[in-house]
Amino acid sequence: MFFAPFISKPLNVSQIMFRVLLALIPGIALYVWYFGPAILVSLTLASITALATEAAMLKLRDRPVAPFLKDNSALLTAWLLALSIPPLAPWWLVVVGTAFAISVSKHLYGGLGNNPFNPAMIGYAVLIISFPVQMTHWLTPHGIGQVELSILDQLRYIFSGILPPGMTLDAVTMATPLDTLKTQLHMDRAMQDIMEMPIYGRLAGHGSEMVALGFVLGGAYLLATRIISWHVPVFYLGSIFVTAGLFHLVDPTHYATPLFHWFSGAAMIGAFFILTDPVTGPTTLRGKMIFAAGAGFLTYIIRVFGGFPDGMAFATLLMNICVPLIDAYTQPKVFGRKEKKQ
Amino acid sequence: MRTLHKFHGGAHPPTNKTQSSSKPIVQAALPSRLVIPLHQHVGNIAQPAVQVGERVLKGQVIGIAKGRLSSAVHASTSGTVTAIDMTVVAHPSGLTDLCVTIIPDGKDEWIARESRDWRAMPHTELRHLLREAGVVGLGGAVFPSDMKLYSHKYKITTLILNGAECEPYITCDDRLMRERAAEILLGAEVMRNLLYAEEVLIGIEDNKPEAIEAMRAAMVAGKHEGMEVIAVPTVYPGGGAKQLTRVLTGIEVPSGVRSTDMGTQCFNVGTAYSVWRAVAHGEPLISRIVTVTGNVSNPQNFEVPFGMPVDELVAQAGNQPGTNGHIMGGPMMGFRLPSAQVGVIKATNCIIAMSEAMFPPAPPALPCIRCTRCAEACPADLQPQDLYWFSKSKNFGKAQTYNLFDCIECGACSYVCPSHIPLVQYFQFSKSEIHAREHDKQSADRARERHEYREYRMEREKLEKEEKLRAKEKAAQAAKPVPASVTADQIDAATEAQRKIQAALEQAQAQAAETASRNTENLTPEQQAEIAEIEARRARIRELAQSHVEQPKE
Repeated sequence: MFFAPFISKPLNVSQIMFRVLLALIPGIALYVWYFGPAILVSLTLASITALATEAAMLKLRDRPVAPFLKDNSALLTAWLLALSIPPLAPWWLVVVGTAFAISVSKHLYGGLGNNPFNPAMIGYAVLIISFPVQMTHWLTPHGIGQVELSILDQLRYIFSGILPPGMTLDAVTMATPLDTLKTQLHMDRAMQDIMEMPIYGRLAGHGSEMVALGFVLGGAYLLATRIISWHVPVFYLGSIFVTAGLFHLVDPTHYATPLFHWFSGAAMIGAFFILTDPVTGPTTLRGKMIFAAGAGFLTYIIRVFGGFPDGMAFATLLMNICVPLIDAYTQPKVFGRKEKKQ
Repeated sequence: MRTLHKFHGGAHPPTNKTQSSSKPIVQAALPSRLVIPLHQHVGNIAQPAVQVGERVLKGQVIGIAKGRLSSAVHASTSGTVTAIDMTVVAHPSGLTDLCVTIIPDGKDEWIARESRDWRAMPHTELRHLLREAGVVGLGGAVFPSDMKLYSHKYKITTLILNGAECEPYITCDDRLMRERAAEILLGAEVMRNLLYAEEVLIGIEDNKPEAIEAMRAAMVAGKHEGMEVIAVPTVYPGGGAKQLTRVLTGIEVPSGVRSTDMGTQCFNVGTAYSVWRAVAHGEPLISRIVTVTGNVSNPQNFEVPFGMPVDELVAQAGNQPGTNGHIMGGPMMGFRLPSAQVGVIKATNCIIAMSEAMFPPAPPALPCIRCTRCAEACPADLQPQDLYWFSKSKNFGKAQTYNLFDCIECGACSYVCPSHIPLVQYFQFSKSEIHAREHDKQSADRARERHEYREYRMEREKLEKEEKLRAKEKAAQAAKPVPASVTADQIDAATEAQRKIQAALEQAQAQAAETASRNTENLTPEQQAEIAEIEARRARIRELAQSHVEQPKE
């Protein structure tokens, strides 16, 4: 070292990203437990694609490949995207989504640290708009469907699109709990009746609520190790709770409970893993609160009144747009320039 | 119990203080030579006061304070001046500066020292004494103390003594407080008196319990009323003057505002000690405590004469293999010495011998991921990630609106940055760029003003010339019909001039007569006779001179 400070805190970007990956493990484990190991296949596919795309883009951009591959940021994007895609989706869906996320939404904007939008959410948005049908192949959780695919069957379907004889796609997949709720409500069924359906568990979707709980566990680890601050998760979940709570209070037969919204879809992974992405989020504390609260509100609105199965991804992207504005208007007062508090 | 205040952010780098803090201060053995820079303080360089070959005594002035903001420099031991020339000094630039080289004679012979009773001295005299004794801030800023010890009555209520010593590795203030607490407090009394301050708060970080104990013990028996030793939390940069002021008093001194305007003044404990030595013992500032640590076999504190070459000092702590450089100051804000032969100066609080193992090279910087760990650590509540962005894109205007100049360059942001971005260097770059541009702009403005004035002046002169020319032509035209009058005019002009000369001569004579007639009243006859004689002699001389001048004409 030639300039002060001559010492540095032993925590680098690679370690931070690695800890976030580590924090995803409980959620992934519960995913495998409830829905089978197909998700591991998409995680692997996404990881390989992400690293390959990252290396290729770095090469094209004439940047050093090794230090950037080691920063674990591409892996994190890959995992977050894979977790947002139905595990039974064809292999090329994962590959296309990840490649797009890394190449266009990350490297074309200047690579690590320069992308205004969350790459994983861009990947998800591209896929749901371009391939809406394939994006509905959500697995039925363990013990709910009449038939279940073995690991080999799942693998064969992902790579060749062939199901075992006598099985239909409808029999092994289902709509998400959020989607189901929406269609059932459309058919004028009462909330209480809908919640009696086998795909719902204690709070939200059977199985998926437990996966969400896994993400909460991981989030707690990130909070405890101070990788993320409490502002984003608290304000995001708080905003969903308040919005959903108000609607639920006004009309409980048509609007699900706040807890249902917390544990459905991508709310938990969003609160702890996606909205907390430092690159695409605000930098000031007040900004983080505004950003998260806005995203929570938008998530609910898109979920309940929009045409997409979940609102998390679009809420994130919409709030990403606002980040420079939020930052500019929430600059804290500097030392010696604060108003006297008395 | 005093309620302490907090400042935002901060970092907790490993302190690495115990290596050197457990051993008492040792007098450094006299080196083979002393290279004493004449510019060791903020302000004007001292003017050399000795000649090459001259023998100097310990404490003799070798550099005279020059101008309002300056400080004297003294010989740190007795010996012979062998050179006064430009030599590399302890500065990150590696540039040379005027230094006096002294070869010690080993006798360590003092000048005559005078002990003064400061209570009997007027303030201006005390301040002058401190200036002549070369007392400057020993916390690192080396600002002449006499300039800071100036206050109107009732303006300053709190004198803060800084014993926080928040930088890792450094223990010189710690040892000084443990071993010489009484003299620090006596110095503080002098300072308090000069500032008309009411209370004295001594802030020491709570990782130095022995120093806190020693300072408290020195305060017993009714001595030093209105003084208090306060343990402050250990957090870097808690020893920054502004941060310590905030912690102790709750006052935030904004950048660009003098702390005296907020009723406080802050000094390092070492400075208080030097004040006392200068006043009560007549000892100018010729040595200081320096921590020698890092890659040495026996890290400890030395009392080091200024000008002692760093390599000789480090050798006394035991050279170790693998040393690849020396840091002056702490690892957070210090700098790498351009050479190990530079002399120790008043700002040298610590020398750290570096090795690859202790200070591994920084990994290559990655892009900023806006994680805001820097903003969380910034004691000035800045947003370093934004300032970095603006500095990198040379958007200096924006950097200034984001309060770049409030940055105290403590390095906490760089320390915590997971991307290992040298943030402080970016900010230093921006600051110097802005200064350079402002300077350029100012000189451009001046040049433009000069140019505009010149244009205006030339235009005016041209007009005046034309005016004159026109007047002349007019006069000439008016004269043409009667050419005879020209000669008459000329004659008129000549007589007029002569008349003027005559008038001037008369006036001069009248004036001379006036001055001559002074002091001539109420004279005794003898005096009058004497004057008459002198007058007569003068007249004769004048006559002689006139005839002498006129002779060649004939």
